[in-house]
Amino acid sequence: MKTNIILAGVGGQGILTIAAVLDTAALNSNLNIKQSEVHGMSQRGGAVQSHVRISDKEIFSDLIPEGKADMIISVEPMELLRYLPYLKKGGFLITDSNPFENITNYPELTDLYKEIKSHKNTILIDAKGIAKEIGNSRATNIVLLGAASSLLPLDDESIQTAIKSLFERKGERIIAKNLEAYEKGKEIASAMVS
Amino acid sequence: MKKLLLGNEALAQGAIDAGISGVYAYPGTPSTEITEYIQRSKIAKELNIHSKWSVNEKTAMEAALGMSYAGKRAMTVMKHVGLNVAADVFMNMAVSGINGGLVVVVADDPSMHSSQNEQDSRNYGKFAMIPIFEPTNQQEVYDITRYAFYLSEQLGLPIMIRMVTRLSHSRAGIEISKRKVQNSIHLPKNPHQFQLIPMHARNRYQHLVAIQSDNRESSENSYFNKFIDGPNTSMGIIAAGIAYNYLMEDFEDDSCPFPILKISQYPLPKKQVKKLFDKCKKILVLEDGAPFIEELVSDYFGENKKVIGRLTGHLNRVGELNPDNIAEALGFERTYSEKIPNIVTGRPPELCIGCAHRDLFEAINQLKAENDQQQVFGDIGCYALGVLPPYQSINTLIDMGASITMAKGASDAGIHPSIAIIGDSTFTHSGMTGLLDAVIENTPITVIISDNSAIAMTGAQDSSASGRLVNIVEGIGVEKEHLKIITPLHKNLEENIDLIRQEINYKGVSVVIAQRPCVQLPKEKKDQLKKLQQVSIN
Repeated sequence: MKTNIILAGVGGQGILTIAAVLDTAALNSNLNIKQSEVHGMSQRGGAVQSHVRISDKEIFSDLIPEGKADMIISVEPMELLRYLPYLKKGGFLITDSNPFENITNYPELTDLYKEIKSHKNTILIDAKGIAKEIGNSRATNIVLLGAASSLLPLDDESIQTAIKSLFERKGERIIAKNLEAYEKGKEIASAMVS
Repeated sequence: MKKLLLGNEALAQGAIDAGISGVYAYPGTPSTEITEYIQRSKIAKELNIHSKWSVNEKTAMEAALGMSYAGKRAMTVMKHVGLNVAADVFMNMAVSGINGGLVVVVADDPSMHSSQNEQDSRNYGKFAMIPIFEPTNQQEVYDITRYAFYLSEQLGLPIMIRMVTRLSHSRAGIEISKRKVQNSIHLPKNPHQFQLIPMHARNRYQHLVAIQSDNRESSENSYFNKFIDGPNTSMGIIAAGIAYNYLMEDFEDDSCPFPILKISQYPLPKKQVKKLFDKCKKILVLEDGAPFIEELVSDYFGENKKVIGRLTGHLNRVGELNPDNIAEALGFERTYSEKIPNIVTGRPPELCIGCAHRDLFEAINQLKAENDQQQVFGDIGCYALGVLPPYQSINTLIDMGASITMAKGASDAGIHPSIAIIGDSTFTHSGMTGLLDAVIENTPITVIISDNSAIAMTGAQDSSASGRLVNIVEGIGVEKEHLKIITPLHKNLEENIDLIRQEINYKGVSVVIAQRPCVQLPKEKKDQLKKLQQVSIN
């Protein structure tokens, strides 16, 4: 078993929190993990990505080869498409529908959605809206993680435990909001996939 | 249980567990998290391990050498271009040798994710004739770091550990072993070891040359270099550091049919390289960065074509390696892969919303509109983004401190206005000496120190300049009347333009400190800085 995940977004959008949940859950499930991330200049409002690899065998490369990612989880719709070369045939695209427009030549949203929907296995959701409804728009990333959960090699319990331990310092309320965000993401995605 | 660590964090943990008494460093991507990990470590605090930032890489390395002189283990950490700054002490401490174990960690940045060049530090290690380690994965980073301190004391030499961005910034689970206690103070046995006057230096240099056989032997017997035999001798593969991972990725389940020589310690293990050469028809060299091994093992005229790699076009000459370009070099067919749709546009990094540099660039651009002769010499930091749209305010960006000295040279050549823009931390890192050059000749330049009171680009670490800038500039000899402080805010734009224009018109050295804390700093820190700045102005 080997699962390759690309996380995508813009510097500051919280993709490393998703990575941290996956890492912790995988480690607690006695699985091997490698997870690369971006530090430095690009973090300042630029495109960022993280390669997450989970396996029961030894993992060699820190980078996922092209055409080998099982899924791309993106907190921004255009950033999702930037990493398409990594997606394997039949791989899943999971993304928030809300654009992050800090550039002048951002594409038309309708074109963007059309392009995303032209792929077979797509979960395009208003994750930010869902997070806002719960009352914590910062949990957008966890909504997306929930939406991807049925595709992950990790059980719910290990992910929930990881969420609890990662948000421990922020207090009970934030933990509860993030657990709720995870559940909501899961519900919506299961309705879409089935 | 395994600990989940970045490559950089694994290195830091390895150093703590090797019993270091201090780490000395200046921040620089991709090396920064090594020192930060030690700064945050509870156990490091309990053990009183020094971890405060140094003013630059040279001061850092020299302090590490001082700690080694005293008999304790020390580490110094920098990015690849930081080693240029520390090159003087680096080359000479190979000649003096060390006392307590000393490890130099250099993080290279192939593909220039966050750098001006992709120089390969292995060239420096070879230049200085010291052992170099190049770990393959995070566990090896930890194990090698522990071992490097031991080897340093065995050989009496500083040791280099070469990291690359992808290893520095990737996490994996690490097995931690027992921590060694710190060395106690013991001075060098030979009183002349560190006295490099020619008489003693000649002896030391001869010694350095003489122990190269031990150095090579250590590499030939290294646990970290491995010869992995294979049945297909039509090709042998030398795979160094992280390149070995990519190779193993491309052959799933250890199915590589070719003999492989995995390299994680230098000088190159001659014995094993010879074995591979004798056995195989052709040699493919996989290494991230420069064609360092390839140049060493190729024949000069390239006529026998036995060695292939980055020099022969089988691999990209510039930019980092990855599983895909190595697969191509191995002749694998490209796996299925989609193209990036045309509607996807670039998203380069940008200055934060509310960043003080933005207001400064706005002023600079208006002055440029008044006088198109104006040249702006930039420096290393977030403000380097002023090269890009929307501001495009900066004409040059070369190395730490070059803004002031290039502005001086251009002014000497007759360019006016000649403006330098440098950050507060970069100024104390490498700008002060250049300012003295300008002061001595009263060169007509205007130096704008964009003081955000942080080393912002690498994560807002403490700046050595905080609270000291005015005193330093005055101390260097800039006239009081031509040292001005402005607050770069939009509401002050006209006022700031007037003031900078006035200083540009002065035919001598002027300094304008544009002072407003980095927006990334927490509020408590900003308040603290405000107090410091007031004290310094009064």
